[in-house]
Amino acid sequence: MKAIVCVKQVPDTSGKVSVKPDGTLDRASMATITNPDDLNALEAALKLKDATGCEVVVVTMGPPPAEGMLRELLARGADKAVLVSGREFGGSDTFATSQILAAAVNKIGVGPEDVVFCGRQAIDGDTAQVGPQIAEKLHLPQVTYVADIQKDGNTLTVKRMLEDGYMMVKVQTPCLLTCIKELNDPRYMSVNGIFTCYDKPMEVFDYNALKDDPLIEVDTIGLKGSPTNVFKSFTPPQKGAGTMLKGDDVAAQLAGVLVKKHLI
Amino acid sequence: MDFTLSKQQQMVQKMYREFAENEVKPLAKKVDAEEYFPKETVEKMGKLGMMGIYFPTEVGGAGGDVLSYVMAVEELSKVCGTTGVIVSAHTSLCAAPIYENGTPEQKEKYLPKLCSGEWLGAFGLTEPGAGTDAQGQQTIAKEEDDCWVLNGSKIFITNAGFADVFIVIAVTDTVLDKRGRPTKLCSAFIVERTDPGFSVGKAEDKMGIRGSSTCELIFEDCRIPKDRMLGVRGKGFQLAMATLDGGRIGIASQALGIAEGALDETIAYVKERKQFGRSISAFQNTQFELAEMKARVDAAKYLVYAAAQKKQQAMDGAKVRYSVEAAEAKLVAARTASDVTRRCLQLFGGYGYTRDYPIERMMRDAKITEIYEGTSEVQMMVISGALLK
Amino acid sequence: MADFNEYKGVWVFCEQRQGALMTTDFELVSEARKLADELGCEVTGLLLGDKVEGIAKELGGYGADKVLVCESPLLKDYTTDAYAKVVCDMVNEYKPEVLLIGATNIGRDLGPRCAARLHTGLTADATHLDIDTGKYIEFLKESSTIDLSKQKFDMEDRNLKMTRPAFGGHLMATIICPRFRPQMSTVRPGVMKKAPFDQAKADACQIVKPAFELTAEDIKTEVLSVEKAAEKLVDLIGADVIVSVGRGISKDVNKGIELAEQLAAALGGGVVGASRAVTDAGWMTADHQVGQTGKTVHPKIYVALGISGAIQHTAGMQDSECIIAVNKNEGAPIFGVADYGIVGDLFKVVPELIKQIEAAKAAQ
Repeated sequence: MKAIVCVKQVPDTSGKVSVKPDGTLDRASMATITNPDDLNALEAALKLKDATGCEVVVVTMGPPPAEGMLRELLARGADKAVLVSGREFGGSDTFATSQILAAAVNKIGVGPEDVVFCGRQAIDGDTAQVGPQIAEKLHLPQVTYVADIQKDGNTLTVKRMLEDGYMMVKVQTPCLLTCIKELNDPRYMSVNGIFTCYDKPMEVFDYNALKDDPLIEVDTIGLKGSPTNVFKSFTPPQKGAGTMLKGDDVAAQLAGVLVKKHLI
Repeated sequence: MDFTLSKQQQMVQKMYREFAENEVKPLAKKVDAEEYFPKETVEKMGKLGMMGIYFPTEVGGAGGDVLSYVMAVEELSKVCGTTGVIVSAHTSLCAAPIYENGTPEQKEKYLPKLCSGEWLGAFGLTEPGAGTDAQGQQTIAKEEDDCWVLNGSKIFITNAGFADVFIVIAVTDTVLDKRGRPTKLCSAFIVERTDPGFSVGKAEDKMGIRGSSTCELIFEDCRIPKDRMLGVRGKGFQLAMATLDGGRIGIASQALGIAEGALDETIAYVKERKQFGRSISAFQNTQFELAEMKARVDAAKYLVYAAAQKKQQAMDGAKVRYSVEAAEAKLVAARTASDVTRRCLQLFGGYGYTRDYPIERMMRDAKITEIYEGTSEVQMMVISGALLK
Repeated sequence: MADFNEYKGVWVFCEQRQGALMTTDFELVSEARKLADELGCEVTGLLLGDKVEGIAKELGGYGADKVLVCESPLLKDYTTDAYAKVVCDMVNEYKPEVLLIGATNIGRDLGPRCAARLHTGLTADATHLDIDTGKYIEFLKESSTIDLSKQKFDMEDRNLKMTRPAFGGHLMATIICPRFRPQMSTVRPGVMKKAPFDQAKADACQIVKPAFELTAEDIKTEVLSVEKAAEKLVDLIGADVIVSVGRGISKDVNKGIELAEQLAAALGGGVVGASRAVTDAGWMTADHQVGQTGKTVHPKIYVALGISGAIQHTAGMQDSECIIAVNKNEGAPIFGVADYGIVGDLFKVVPELIKQIEAAKAAQ
């Protein structure tokens, strides 16, 4: 039995974000982290491992430095890592990315008792699309916004959050779940995990390894093949500088402003 | 000489920092104000392998290295001096001597549970009448047919109120030296909390590391099985000194962490605090104070890390000793901690004197590092002893 | 590439829960109306559910020419499989050029599954949609720093231009889906403006009930129950006044929240929001969270108390009409988006502010 976790390495947007003169993001200047929702997905998989002894495989699509992130995830308790990396994959939109990841997951193999875990969304793209699209490609039932999981044999009963409440949903394995932060508290890397993570296996799937998979349509991957393209990208004009109120009577000043603007 | 951290050491450092920030720092004020022993933190650290970092997995350890252990104490101490010493005393003063001197049976019985944090360890050498004069031991262990009977007391024992396993030094023999004068010989024993005739006294009310449980150990016809002697009979004092060599590296690391934590808090504060129309970080006095302290802290850091490396070599089988390196590290780091925390509090000014800010606690925590596990004076005796051989 | 001439019409997937339409449906239909007018085609609502025909006409009041109503007990509660099948079958049969879906928790589950099945692109969380290139250029003039003299545009280009924020609004990207149809986009609730309701249009709205296939075997999940949250949840999106608290209240969390409530009341009645730090710490529940992973709001007045203003937060509120920030730290990024900033301790500033506002109101 396996738990397969799709993860993404993202820039740490809680730090400073800088934009290059050409309007694109200066990714090199930012630290990278594992996407937060993906840590919840991994923790769900590790809890399954604690309960059933299943194997946990983490897979990511990214450039070679993503290995560092995969080793950290192995140090948290994952058993195997897969890095999907190739120039041909670069610039993919969610449609293209989900094909590639679906092909990778397919190559890893999804058995009848297996569960695929994804984070709900990544903090850079913010689309929440890749998880459901992988599920579609693999013909797996999906449940998104998962805040609780109970397992009984091959049946999962999950709590699926809505904005103002939730649904309780039953689903059979194999299936795909997207996880939110309310699901669990991700565990830290353990000392032993860190000292053994470089001994655990990591495979690299490049373009040649995946291009013949039936799930891949080679003319819909990468920057050129993606169904959606960036037409223009731009920075919004800097908001005019606001006014810093100073002095002992700032409260009165502000009240005055609000009256003048007919806001109170 | 390569000062870069290995990939694994960088990863543990990252983990310790996150753990300290999220799990330890939020409790630090309470630990100090309420003399609260953070049991929940010990449990979490046990699960992550932090209570047996550098012991091999064969004995239940995490399979890390000495520097990783030192960095753990350092990172924990940056945010909470108490939590740092809990790990240090447990690891260096209890688990380590069992690892280095124990029989296979003793190692199997105690190490896995100590390394997992299920059991907490402590070390009893100091007595009311025997501090720096450690040889003035009065606790006696008398041999009977089927057990040892201990009588006496120990004082100022770290972790005592919550420990399960205690390494205790007691006098077992008296021999005559060349001039016919009687000399006492000690041996080391493993005492368990539940042993009959053993009790832990009330906790001391201390200036700093107030969440650390510091108590007396009382032996009143305490009977322990014969197989509880640790190491060679009569060589207990040597075992204690060797144990303290390792312990000193841990305390040096605690002192280093306290100093670094104080500096971090101060740097943030001086950027925020405004006087005379600008941040006080703009004034040269502030800048020069911080610069000088930073250089001293880094100097202490490299002494601590060098001592850790030497101990690692010894553990890997090299015939090297590290007593002098450990003594230098503790001497310098402890004094640096006291000095830096005091100067940092001065930069905080009046606000630093209040408990709203952590700096006064750090200053109170720092002082003990110049005293326990061998006062700074003892460290100087060790260093000069080696120099003037 | 499919024959694009076959694809006509702007569709809006209209979500209903427990037999009630959502406000976002009206927002999207209003927006769809504008796009359809530029394209010279119809706006069609797509409504799935069980016994929901009666609620469909209201969509006409916001600009829908027609509503396709697909009813079945199997569609009563949302399941990915049932809804994706019906939506995709309808799209394949009727071939709309554009399909808009509200980015609710359900829309974000359904949209990507359908896009993958329909073999087309999907843009998430669009904040601005254009067909006409001239109008798009006007939009760029107002909303960007692009040097338009250096840009070439094909004025005949009728692709849907879907603009969305990336990296919390630091960067804006206009996305197109030139090679596939339908062009799909999800849109966050509260972003598009609802048109005024027109009863005559509602009465004229055509209700069509197309045939479709759906059996229990198509559905691989089982909904055991649908529960509402115990306490009434806060409506941030509809609020005119929001007073949010951040890590700056940590000194006295309860007092901080209380002050925020009082200030909101003084400003004419509003709700209390929170930064992610506050919801992560458990001081307030997640429904109060404003920001990238919370809600996007644009009230008339937004007050940020003790919030540093990291992009995750400002992404969710930077389009508010009047932003006021109170923070101890003069360098806090929140002051970069605030219209009015006060450097100070919120525990001291807010009580004084409440006093002054009450005084000013009384004097009017």
